Parts: sequence; structure tokens; C-alpha cells
Amino acid sequence: MGLRLEASGIHKAYNGNAVLGGCSFSFESGVYALMGTNGCGKSTFLRICALIEDPDMGEVNYYSGALLLEKDIKLRRRITLLLADVGVFNLTVLKNASYGLRIRGMDKNELRQRAESALEFAGLIHKKDHSALTLSSGEARRLGIARAVAVEPEVLFLDEPTAYIDRRNSELIEEMISNMKKETVIIATHDEAQARRLAGRVLSIEGGRLA
Amino acid sequence: MDLVLSGFKQAFLLIIRLDRELLRIILLSLKVSAAALFIAAVFGVPLGAVVGLRRFPLRGAAVSLMNTMMGLPPVVVGLFLYILLSRSGPLGFMGLLYTPSAMVIAQSVLAFPIVASLSHSAVMGVDPVIRQAALTLGATPFQAAIAVLNEARYGVMSAVIAAFGRLMAEVGAILIVGGNIAGLTRVMTTTIALESDKGNFELALALGIILLMISLAVNAVLYLLQRSGGMKRGRSWA
Repeated sequence: MGLRLEASGIHKAYNGNAVLGGCSFSFESGVYALMGTNGCGKSTFLRICALIEDPDMGEVNYYSGALLLEKDIKLRRRITLLLADVGVFNLTVLKNASYGLRIRGMDKNELRQRAESALEFAGLIHKKDHSALTLSSGEARRLGIARAVAVEPEVLFLDEPTAYIDRRNSELIEEMISNMKKETVIIATHDEAQARRLAGRVLSIEGGRLA
Repeated sequence: MDLVLSGFKQAFLLIIRLDRELLRIILLSLKVSAAALFIAAVFGVPLGAVVGLRRFPLRGAAVSLMNTMMGLPPVVVGLFLYILLSRSGPLGFMGLLYTPSAMVIAQSVLAFPIVASLSHSAVMGVDPVIRQAALTLGATPFQAAIAVLNEARYGVMSAVIAAFGRLMAEVGAILIVGGNIAGLTRVMTTTIALESDKGNFELALALGIILLMISLAVNAVLYLLQRSGGMKRGRSWA
């Protein structure tokens, strides 16, 4: 059964500056786009929903059917967030793609197979033995998606997946997102056309609230 | 200049002859420094990583203390340990004074803050997004810390190299707690000090050259390891 995410009354402030002022929404399966200007709190909202950061007020809950899930490592491993700054590890492309599987203790052969398949999906299989630090920013973004897809998350958050990269890589990434068969994908973007192309539902953050 | 040339000549001859006493001294120097380095790394690297990754009260004070201890004067460490280990001292019952074990303890004390402080700097130099990326992929806080430490591996290796350099050149502390006893605790640096006192500059210089060659060889091997690791990953570590 798929995961349902309920964010209710999320408040967050940094150094006294309120970023989110009571965001509430329920995400079920489908592709959502989260729009808003730079600094409106999209990334903060995604980090809080992905359980990487705690809200000052409000809460994020995940449900499997009617069952409220405990926010433990088991749940965290069912969701993944691709950060706007991917954060590639100083390892080979293949080892980057397999990182999430390795920390889950997956068998080496299966791990390799899954990571290679994710790299094929990202069009980076020919670079699997290269250093991830030698990739262009567009390729690094694709590697980030491959790394996230490899762990087969039930909820995938993508923070500005095509920002600051060339059109070719941007198109490739959009194609990857369109081909994803995930239960729930939530994309933060400031590109309205892209939001309409990719998502079944478009939300926006204005004045710290979801609209 | 003649003295230097003569020193080189004697060093060369000592190496060619493979003098047993000299070999014993070299081996003891390496054993003591390697054991001390191992102990310092086992405790120093995790401490540096923890201080770099965790937020806790008085963290700034802990960092300042580690940095200050990097400049510990070896003779003070030697003196302190001498008082602890001497027969009338609190640890005198262990009978460690004037043994290689006492020398290892002294060198560990000197190397530990170097490894810890430089490892801390290496960990602090890693982009915070690495830890976040690991967490977003399902890492536990411990696994995320390992990911950060892995990114800092070349910096940590440099910390260990720096500590090894300090240990190989150290003389004050090991002279006090080791006693420079022939056949038991005499190492290269203490032998150089002794031979210089005796006016036997050629032998002292020869030993100094051998000491430099060993340090150079160890550092070259570690440098090549770093470089090959870096180049495989597309980075220059020059």
C-alpha cells in the first residue's frame, strides 16, 4: 500500500525570519509541483516533509492506509529527497548511484544491478567508472536522480531538479521524471511551464502558506 | 662541507654494511613511532570527527584545547610522564619507565592532538551538503558521519602523515622516559643527540641523513597513495 503524507500547520523561521507560516496539505499518489519564487520556502518545506529537518510548529505524518507510521529510519528509507545541490560523493559514478543501497546492506550483485539500471535510466552508464566529481552540473543532477531512483522510494521529493543547467540536461531530466513510476513525486520548481508539463497538480507557496 | 660529505659517505657505508646495531636502532624508531601513531589515530580520528560533526556545549573550547595541545612541548610531556611513571609516581608500580612502552605512551600523547585537530579541520572542510545528501538517501546519523569522514579521507591521511613526521623527529620526551639505553630504548634521534654530545658528528650526521631518508620514503609512499586515490577520482592532490 502506498504512502500518504499529511503536512499540517508547518511553521518554520530562521533567525527570527518566518519562512513557512502554517503550510498544510495532504499528498497522495501522483506528481505534484510546488511553485514559488526564490526564498519562498519551497526547499524548507520539502526538507521538513522528507523528515530531514524539524518544523518549529506543526507536524508531518505518513500513513499507510489508515495506519500512522512511526518516523523512524524504516520510514525515512521509504522516502527520498534530491537536494538542489546534489552533493555528489568523491567516489565513482557507480558507487554514488549505489550508496543508498549499500547503506541498506543490500547484496553486492543485486546492488550493482540496481545501480547500473538506475544509471542507464539517467543515461550515465557509460560513465559509471568515472569520478563523480568530473561530471558536469547537469550530469551531476542526473546522477542525483539516479541515486534517488536506485533506492526505489515510495515518495520522491525533487528540489529544483533543472535549475541552473543547460536545456539538453533539463530535457533529459524532465524525461526521467515523466518516466518515473513512483507512487508520489513532489517537485519544487519556479518554472511554471515545467510545473504544468510534469505535474498533475500544481501548488504554490505564497507568504509562507500553501495555495 | 667536508663534514657533510663525510656524513653522507658514512651513512652510505652504514647502510651498505647493514650494521646490526644501526638496524636495531632504526627498527625500534619505526616500531615506537608506528605504535604511537596507531594509538593516536585510533583515538584521534574519531575524536576529530565527533568534534567536527556534533554540536555540544563548550565545543569551541574543545577545538581550542585540541589546537593548543598540538604545540605541546615534548620535554614537558616527557617530564610529566616521568613523574607519573617513576617508581615513586602514581603509575610507578607498572614498571614502564625506561622501556619502549613508555616511549610509545609519550609519543602517543604528542601525536594524538595533531591527528585529532587536523582530522577535525578535514571534517569541517567537507561541504555540509554531503551529510544532508547521505541522510536524504536513508543513512542513519552514524552512516552519514561515515560518509563525511570518507569525503575527508585525504585530509585525515595528511593528519596522520603530519603526526608521523613529528614522531620520527621527536627527541625530548622519549629521551626523558626512555633514558636512551643502548640495546633497549636507544632510537635514531636520541642516538644523534648522544653522538653529537660526544663530538662524533660524522655518525650523528649519518644517522640524521638516514632518518631523513626514512621520513622521505614514508612520506613519498603516502603521497603516492594519496595522489593515485585522488587521480582516480579526477582530482589533483599536488
